[in-house]
Amino acid sequence: MAIKTKANSTVTVDPIIKIRNLNTSYGKHQVLQGIDLDIYPEETFVILGRSGCGKSTLLRHLMGLEKPTSGTISIKNMDLLHTNQPGRAELMKKMGVLFQSGALFNSMTVGENVALPLREHTPLDPATIQIMTRMKLELVGLSGFFDHLPAQLSGGMRKRAALARALAMDPEILLCDEPSAGLDPIVAVGIDHLILKLKAAFKMCIIVVTHELASVFLIADRIALLDGGVFRFIGTREEFTNSQDPRVRQFLERRPDDEKIDPDSYVNLLLENQ
Amino acid sequence: MNSGIKTFGAVGRSAGEFFAQVARVADLARQTLYWSTVGAFRYERIRWNETFTQMVRIGVNSLPIVGMISFFVGLIIAMQSAYQLERFGAVVYVADLVGVSITRELGPLITAIIITGRSGSAIAAELGTMKVSEEIDALQTMAINPVSFLVVPRTLAMLIMLPCLTIMADFLGLLGGFVLGVVQLQIPYSAYFSHTADAILFKDFFTGLSKSVLFAFIIALIGAYQGLHVRGGAEGVGKSTTDSVVTSIFLVILSDVLFTALFFSTF
Repeated sequence: MAIKTKANSTVTVDPIIKIRNLNTSYGKHQVLQGIDLDIYPEETFVILGRSGCGKSTLLRHLMGLEKPTSGTISIKNMDLLHTNQPGRAELMKKMGVLFQSGALFNSMTVGENVALPLREHTPLDPATIQIMTRMKLELVGLSGFFDHLPAQLSGGMRKRAALARALAMDPEILLCDEPSAGLDPIVAVGIDHLILKLKAAFKMCIIVVTHELASVFLIADRIALLDGGVFRFIGTREEFTNSQDPRVRQFLERRPDDEKIDPDSYVNLLLENQ
Repeated sequence: MNSGIKTFGAVGRSAGEFFAQVARVADLARQTLYWSTVGAFRYERIRWNETFTQMVRIGVNSLPIVGMISFFVGLIIAMQSAYQLERFGAVVYVADLVGVSITRELGPLITAIIITGRSGSAIAAELGTMKVSEEIDALQTMAINPVSFLVVPRTLAMLIMLPCLTIMADFLGLLGGFVLGVVQLQIPYSAYFSHTADAILFKDFFTGLSKSVLFAFIIALIGAYQGLHVRGGAEGVGKSTTDSVVTSIFLVILSDVLFTALFFSTF
């Protein structure tokens, strides 16, 4: 990708994530059909799509939780799918993940949750870890909640705490799965602003999977629309709003699917199943 | 004809599913062994803090219930056998009977069954809830191995505490028989004591203990397996918890049969 710098000269940047010809199928159902994607450092890349379009599956591939049927994913020029366990662990330490439900460990306090990656992967002494944990919690606006249990927090606060944990190891890539799902609009926009703040402060690559149009226009540098296992659209915000692709238009105009109900074929379907 | 083929298909599928499940349990067993030995030294470590927490939960907190039940079982065995032995005028042999049956069989077995219901199910429910709320996924994305982080401490705690509980169950079971023998059956306590001491061989005690180590591994492994393979939400956790108890008790008793056949059938 060519980026314009202040001096109006262009420099070429290597993508931080390269996905080539990625296929995934569950049984006969093909979820991802030959996806190619480049994501660059320091950009906020939003993957849009309706439920069941394969965006969560794509994210799980990036997190290393599920293996695709075929294709390659390389992160920082390392093959995610074919490296050995220690190599993959090193790669995972450079990635932070914000899960849809937060996925905080319910048996640990908020502070312990955020401290866990540091305790596991760094040789720092407990006092230093505690200071770093408090800093991360302050960053997300939860400074007074070090000793609270996740169950004592509200949905939005839990997301913030989960974000603090994702940031614990100062990752270069942050993956967010539906950051505003299940939150009221005001709390959701708060999370969006937090993501913007992180982008400005840490210059990391942020990948967000969502279907919230409002937050897309607030945070995205580039947008991709995933539909039926392929990308229907990849481009900037402006290109997205001006796109004439029918799927993009449908998404933007929030139009429902045209329902085609054919009584004969429905009866046939019932008869076949008997 | 068609239904016959369907039946064959169903049998084949469930057999295939069964063997796939056995393979997954074996794989979890392999990973648990690896991460508690070689892997622990090479990449990770053993989390002793968590292991001690689990030892308290599995072992110390089960002391009252295990102790009480084995004491009562000792009493029951003594009462039941006294009723039969009285007819031969051999009431004093209650001591032998209680001693041998408790140390060889009932101590380890009853402890294992109580701990399956109490701690095996807890392991399945806890890991299952973590799986459902994406906590296991979160561990993996943090490059923390769930087997090393969750399964190994629980398995080690089980392997350490179940034999300890069994020793206590043995003693309290013997005490139950002793109390009944001395108070109810009027056997002089010195006679009861010497009969018990003569009847129990070190081998009885030792095989009972080695069985409990085997049981411990089964309970922890099945609990962890059922927890890590939960599908669906809260309902899936409930189903896995039930399955863990049923499967563990079945496997504990099955392995007990094999173990007993191996060690005692030739004598």
